[in-house]
Amino acid sequence: MKKLLLLGDEAIALGALHAGLSGVYAYPGTPSTEITEFIQGNKLARERGIHSKWSTNEKTAMEAALGMSFMGKRALVCMKHVGMNVCADPFVNSGMTGVNGGLVVLAADDPSMHSSQDEQDSRFYGKFALIPTFEPSSQQEAYDMMQVAFDYSEKQKLPVLMRVTTRMAHSRAVVQVTESPREENTINYNAEASSWVLLPANARKRNDIVCAQQGQLEEDAVNSAYNKYIDAADKSMGIIASGIAYNYVNECYPDGCPFPLLKISQYPMPKKLIRRMCEECDSVMVIEEGQPFIEDILRGIMPGNAVIKGRLTGELPRTGELNPDIVKKALGMPTGECFAPCEDIAPRPPALCKGCGHRDVYAALNEVLKEYDHPRVFGDIGCYTLGFLPPYRAIHSCVDMGASITMAKGAADAGQWPSVAIIGDSTFTHSGMTGLLDAINENANITVIISDNLTTGMTGGQDSAGTNKFEAICRGLGLSEEHLRVVVPLPKNMPEITQIIREEINYQGTSVIIPRRECMQTLQRHLKQKKAKEEKK
Amino acid sequence: MKSDIILCGVGGQGILSIATIIGEAAMNENLYIKQAEVHGMSQRGGDVQSNLRISSDPIHSDLIAKGAANVIISMEPMEALRYLPYLSKDGWIITSSTPFVNIPNYPDMEVIKGDLAKINNVIMLDIETLAKENDVPRSANVILLGAAQKALGIEYSKIEEAIRSVFGRKGDAVVEANIKALALGRAAQR
Repeated sequence: MKKLLLLGDEAIALGALHAGLSGVYAYPGTPSTEITEFIQGNKLARERGIHSKWSTNEKTAMEAALGMSFMGKRALVCMKHVGMNVCADPFVNSGMTGVNGGLVVLAADDPSMHSSQDEQDSRFYGKFALIPTFEPSSQQEAYDMMQVAFDYSEKQKLPVLMRVTTRMAHSRAVVQVTESPREENTINYNAEASSWVLLPANARKRNDIVCAQQGQLEEDAVNSAYNKYIDAADKSMGIIASGIAYNYVNECYPDGCPFPLLKISQYPMPKKLIRRMCEECDSVMVIEEGQPFIEDILRGIMPGNAVIKGRLTGELPRTGELNPDIVKKALGMPTGECFAPCEDIAPRPPALCKGCGHRDVYAALNEVLKEYDHPRVFGDIGCYTLGFLPPYRAIHSCVDMGASITMAKGAADAGQWPSVAIIGDSTFTHSGMTGLLDAINENANITVIISDNLTTGMTGGQDSAGTNKFEAICRGLGLSEEHLRVVVPLPKNMPEITQIIREEINYQGTSVIIPRRECMQTLQRHLKQKKAKEEKK
Repeated sequence: MKSDIILCGVGGQGILSIATIIGEAAMNENLYIKQAEVHGMSQRGGDVQSNLRISSDPIHSDLIAKGAANVIISMEPMEALRYLPYLSKDGWIITSSTPFVNIPNYPDMEVIKGDLAKINNVIMLDIETLAKENDVPRSANVILLGAAQKALGIEYSKIEEAIRSVFGRKGDAVVEANIKALALGRAAQR
């Protein structure tokens, strides 16, 4: 065994490699991105030829992983919480097909939305798909539970969901790791078509089997090494704490919790342990990171007059992430004496980098749109979402990956003009192409701007799936050549860019404009790498 | 031993490098460590912070509670004040004196200085000038670390060792520049 200082994400990645992983499939998304990046940079992964290239989106990632599992090898899928929405179709149906090689889906949730549009709780997805969910409480547990997850997946022949949150994914701690990583599986042909071809006749059989399995999954959770019932003398209250919430409770009681404490890190919910707490204690406090998943179900298990406290009764705030002060307050302890917040500080929101190509695109777009009465600009997810903020205030919506193009088309269908969509290169290949096909098929009166900075920028500059292919993709989807315009977004090109935008807005049909210039951050990184290579020579 | 440290500044100023050095030193001492940070926005001129906890006993929470931080190490003076509610009453603020003005409503520096003067234990250093004058222009962050070393509760020599191992692969020149910067920081806070 050796000790390493690892981010939660890195512990997960190394845990998977040491468990005999053959492939990781993912799309960048905070706070999960570092898992795949770690595997991409890892020596053992390179030696073993582990698949680790980025997928176009979370759905293609999930499906490819399912294919690897079908062949008997172990696969990991990684995404942020909203990514679960994109892969929901294959994810839920992977519960129906079952697995051959172990399959672990890692969802990294973002309570308090440090970098997201919502704070949805991926545990609901595990329950929805009828599969086991693991929720480690620490970086060490995350590492250890990866092998447990793959083994359990292979034993139960079901995918396993592992759920973490920002404050563990992006937090470092010392982790003990093995020095003898396990071997990968070899290919086998055990996957049976009668399970994997989800015609109704087959799917009904699988559904019966999976439903019947739930009792075993729950019993395993009751007996899990990661769910602990720690009894104590004061039965006026029992505390249920899941995932990292367990740490905040222990932080409040350095000499040991005086109340019975149930740590939950494996689902389905260990109802037997929960019932014991409810029977032995006068009240139960549920402390969980995310939405009131356990708390809600608890109110269904317990008789009507049971006293259950948590996010739904106000002891904990309904929204936002937990922290030691919030949990202290819920447990009735005073906050430490501290300074009042300083009133003279100003917020410092993120902004587009100086010299960013998106700035030139927005400057040109705003300039042209002044000439129209009620233009509407539908935005998308990436650095360019910051175009909402001053000085640009350029976009009117941003909902989910790819929605810019499809919403622009829907608005045009409703009679809106100008209806402009702005989308990045990675987001376009992730989920924009199908919407553009819809638009072209109806010659919808929209102007689509694919602001191509040759990278997946906001998440740290990962490779973009469609680089050098955008013009061909647009032509392939049937876009007419005269309305496919390419330009370099620089201040000196403003007259050219504004003229192009004006022409394409005035054209009553589908247009695509591609302003293309490399992201300043990746450009600098590439120049540094080039310089280092030349110095070595 | 126990040390709860908040590191802060603006994206790109090298805050996380300081955290890495301290973390390395702590690991070599077989201390328990937790270091939480928020990624993504850091490249884009937004405020950045990291909670770094070191202890000889197991650590539970990745986040520091209000009134519990021993030290705030800040690459930017206004950012130091943002985390005031987390500082313990006799805690230390060690900060750069150079404002990073990338917002239109940055407050008057005199007001910021006044607010910092109200805290008992503050070290404010012109690390940018020190770095330039001593020919270590890219190591201003390590100068700050040198000035903060005493308040951290980790031996100076252990931090030097950590610098050698963290920057080792970048070559001798980089290592020596940072060793020099650390010493400058220590000398400046006396």
